[in-house]
Amino acid sequence: MSILTSLLLLPLFGALVVGFLPASNAKLVKQVALAFSLLVALVSIVMALSFDRNNSAMQFTEVRTWISAFNINYAVGIDGMALVLILMTTILVPVVFLAGWNESENGRWNVKVFYILLLILETMMIGVFSATDVFLFYVIFEAMLLPVYFLIGGYGSGERAAAAMKFLLYSLFGGLLMLAAVIGLYIISVNQGGATFDIARLSQLSIDSTTQNWLFLGFFIAFAIKAPLWPFHTWLPTAATSATAGTSTLLLGVLDKVGTYGMIRFCMSFFPDATKTFTPAIITLAVISILYGAFLAIGQKDINSLIAFTSISHFGFITLGIFALTSQSLTGAIFYMVNHGFGTAALFLTAGWMIKRRGSSQIADFGGLQRVAPVLAWSFFIAGLSALALPGLSSFVSEFLVLLGAFAKYPVAAILGTLGIILAALYVLLAVQRAIHGETPASSAGISDLNLREKIAIAPVIAILVLLGFYPKPALEVINPTTQTIMTNAGVSDPAAKVVK
Amino acid sequence: MTISTNLVYFIALPLFSSGLLLLLGRKADKWGHIFATLVSASVFIIGVIEFFAMQSREGEARAATQKLFEWISVGSFQVDAGLLLDQLSICFVLLISGVGTLIHIYSIAYMSHDRDRRRFFAYLNLFIAAMLLLVLGDSYLNLYVGWEGVGLASYLLIGFWNEKPAYAAAAKKAFVANRVGDVGLSLAIMIAFTQFGTVTFAGVKEGASGASAGALTAIGAMLLLAAAGKSAQFPLQSWLGDAMAGPTPVSALIHAATMVTAGVYLITRSNFIFDASPTAQLMVVIVGAITLLFGALIGTAKDDIKKALAASTMSQIGYMILATGLGPIGYAFAIMHLITHGFFKAGLFLGAGSVMHGMNDEVNMRRYGALRKVMPITAATFGLGYLAILGVPPFAGFYSKDKIIETAFDSGGIQGILLGIITLLGAGITAFYMTRVMVLTFTGTKRWDEKARPHESPFLMWAPMAALAVGSVASGFLLNSGSALVNWLQPVVNENQEYHSEHLLPPIVVSIMALTVVAIGVAIAVIKYRTVPVVAPENVLGITKAARKDLYQDSFNEAIFMRPGQKLTAGLVNTDYKVVDGLVRLVGWVVQISASNLRNIQNGYVRSYALIMVLGVIALIAAVWMVTL
Repeated sequence: MSILTSLLLLPLFGALVVGFLPASNAKLVKQVALAFSLLVALVSIVMALSFDRNNSAMQFTEVRTWISAFNINYAVGIDGMALVLILMTTILVPVVFLAGWNESENGRWNVKVFYILLLILETMMIGVFSATDVFLFYVIFEAMLLPVYFLIGGYGSGERAAAAMKFLLYSLFGGLLMLAAVIGLYIISVNQGGATFDIARLSQLSIDSTTQNWLFLGFFIAFAIKAPLWPFHTWLPTAATSATAGTSTLLLGVLDKVGTYGMIRFCMSFFPDATKTFTPAIITLAVISILYGAFLAIGQKDINSLIAFTSISHFGFITLGIFALTSQSLTGAIFYMVNHGFGTAALFLTAGWMIKRRGSSQIADFGGLQRVAPVLAWSFFIAGLSALALPGLSSFVSEFLVLLGAFAKYPVAAILGTLGIILAALYVLLAVQRAIHGETPASSAGISDLNLREKIAIAPVIAILVLLGFYPKPALEVINPTTQTIMTNAGVSDPAAKVVK
Repeated sequence: MTISTNLVYFIALPLFSSGLLLLLGRKADKWGHIFATLVSASVFIIGVIEFFAMQSREGEARAATQKLFEWISVGSFQVDAGLLLDQLSICFVLLISGVGTLIHIYSIAYMSHDRDRRRFFAYLNLFIAAMLLLVLGDSYLNLYVGWEGVGLASYLLIGFWNEKPAYAAAAKKAFVANRVGDVGLSLAIMIAFTQFGTVTFAGVKEGASGASAGALTAIGAMLLLAAAGKSAQFPLQSWLGDAMAGPTPVSALIHAATMVTAGVYLITRSNFIFDASPTAQLMVVIVGAITLLFGALIGTAKDDIKKALAASTMSQIGYMILATGLGPIGYAFAIMHLITHGFFKAGLFLGAGSVMHGMNDEVNMRRYGALRKVMPITAATFGLGYLAILGVPPFAGFYSKDKIIETAFDSGGIQGILLGIITLLGAGITAFYMTRVMVLTFTGTKRWDEKARPHESPFLMWAPMAALAVGSVASGFLLNSGSALVNWLQPVVNENQEYHSEHLLPPIVVSIMALTVVAIGVAIAVIKYRTVPVVAPENVLGITKAARKDLYQDSFNEAIFMRPGQKLTAGLVNTDYKVVDGLVRLVGWVVQISASNLRNIQNGYVRSYALIMVLGVIALIAAVWMVTL
């Protein structure tokens, strides 16, 4: 059994253990769940340390027959892109546990169910980035909707049931399209003499361009809903305002990355011709997302929906980076996924603490927070600076790489995207001005600052944002080989500098 | 350039100190200000040591570099965290850390009653670190980190008293206006990379000669946009006046002596781009000329002493920017004016702070008057700064400003004559508004508020003012004697060209003309402000009304950008809910209706979803089965 499979099974085992604990002892449930999540993080770090940075092939691979009649396998393995996304996931899960220590107590079900759902979700999140069999990927892709559905619908606030339903319907629609495309791919593999769901082998198929276009769209729309890209985004703000801060963190920080991850892993490697065909349209959608998300963020009155719209803008940057397809833009996009995960976590978690303390998520209900809760205010501010990609924080490196890379091939799109940095300054600083600056109204005077547990939860997130901002090498070094593989497969090379020395 | 020295202390020391003071919080309240001041002073001392070390080397070898670590490496995009200390950056290092240390000392007293003095000093050190990175970075991307870093420090310091909503708004306005400029810097870097495959100063310089005119002009225009944002130049000037919300030492250090001059540094550093693109140079000249008049005009009508000085800063930087557009010799004179301005404008601002300190934070000059009797040291140091900015010989501004006027005349043709006249006119207006400040504040009759008990400021405040006054007196002469600064900067700004071109007008004629317009400006102000009403008169010229309102810069921005932007945002928010999400809800509604017809009423959505999934998997298997058969 490879270390990757152990990593996959560990949270599931944790869920099982939690299942046997007495539901009445909520504290014990939380402690055991946290212990498992920390262990998972530790194992993932051990795995990362033994990852060969110079090898661009899939590592820690394992293949076991699942349904032999259709050559469906339990096949897993990771490259640099999958590794950084898995690390992000395993680090965020304990952070979310710690940050929202009490958020499971007002749910429809008990605390135990909450942690079982989250641990199962963790296995699925790791699995979805590890699967090298399309069928396995599809099953996890669909199955992971269920824990999220229950987490939003069971433990959220406000219109939680409706939000959960909207999320489910959207994803269902995308999932069905992808299912059709998966079947189509399989049929083609059968016709070409080898029934398979193996990603590497499917990438070798020769598919005529019309079929490519249809299959590409099947995958792409599913991923564009997941990511989400304009105009498939409207489920996200609803979900983000209803879910708990921790669920929102995992939903936007990790699950949505499956969308952009899938665009790279499947759309690009299976359908290189269709990718070329659709690139102009997708880049247009990406730029619209960047600007549209930013404008909408400026106009939001609710903190959580503000964060959701900033994410739509940021997913626009990621998609732009992916489809511009240069070394810088693609590596930037993959690195962006990681940074966005941590940045969004910082935003949702700090906003969650603010909302819980104030009893309102309306930005206008805050004000002067820095006087009464300076550590909380500073954490929110730093998270905001990450969202506006301030140099010195990791998000700057990725955003700049995306724009720089995109500029070489799509200057107009890159220029429009660059205008997004002005809007980002506006949406972040307007919120900071309203919530943190100004006089402290009497209604906010009682807001307490972060306690030790909350400080311990947010500290690693901020530390990662700063460290990777100044020294992104450990991440870039792992991502670069993946980028090179994808570019080689697509037969694309970087535009050369115009002036030759 | 083979010398490698340890330059990292310049940035690491103040950055560490800033982080320490912020993280320790209240625990560092007792000693934070002393610690931060000592750090700033030690950076200055290291700067002085490096300066003497440079002098012991010759020519190209004077520059020193240090590679800290590999920062970003993706494909052919390789950027090291690297530092470069050359003849140009050392000028800034000394100015930033020298004036910075004086202002630290001043702030110990000025901020002594503020409950957040430690946090103030933490921000000051953050600023020093970022500003030094800005001038020491060896590539455009490293510069960018410092560039936005000073923007952050500026934001934090303008909004230092952000309990007042107007101050919080001013901080945000400054950051956003700067971000517009940052778009320019980002795009300049992107164009440079697509052209040259590198973003280091050395690499771009090497490649510049082979680039097309269009590319060079584009890079130049984008760099100019960046400079306009940071240096409050037309059309991105509107934030500087509001930035006076920050504590006065901040206005002196960041919004007068150092950060706002970063645009001048950027253009001078990129001289190889501008020298190769006459179009870009012309744009630079135009922006500089407009701003120098724009700022000067605003300065004539402001009653708030800090806003009058801020308008003056804008105008004086206009002179510098103009000079950088005038070719190789212009850069040296721009930097000379930048340094002398650093002394006299910081001194003037500290003087204004001293007056405010003695007058219960009153900023309205109409409530001042006759303060020289009660604040003799402030009046004297302010007066020396005043003579320096006027350009009266032998004070600092005389040397630096006259050189710019001369160079403007010498730039040739109609353009030269036009620029010469504009710079002369600017000098006259400067004399008028500065005399107005002087007269309103220090001479004439008392117009004080009843509660005002003006008094001279303590030693810790007047000592830095005195030090800056010495600079206001002597720096011009020193920098100019034997063309010291011009020769010093020669390896950076111009390798082979001959400086001493033919003059259109002999320097003495230019000086006489300049002194004449200055005398006229002074005379008008003295006559006009023999009596000063406490309330600003309403029946004034249209131009005065316009200048009081900053020549309608905010009304313009609000009408062109802000209100349409707000409308667009509101419209999009509405559309997103009604149209985009509306379509989705419609689909959902249709699905719901049709689904409820098909299934048992007890079926939850989840169950039907699970069913669909199962059906999906069955469909998949069935399809596969059929095909394999």
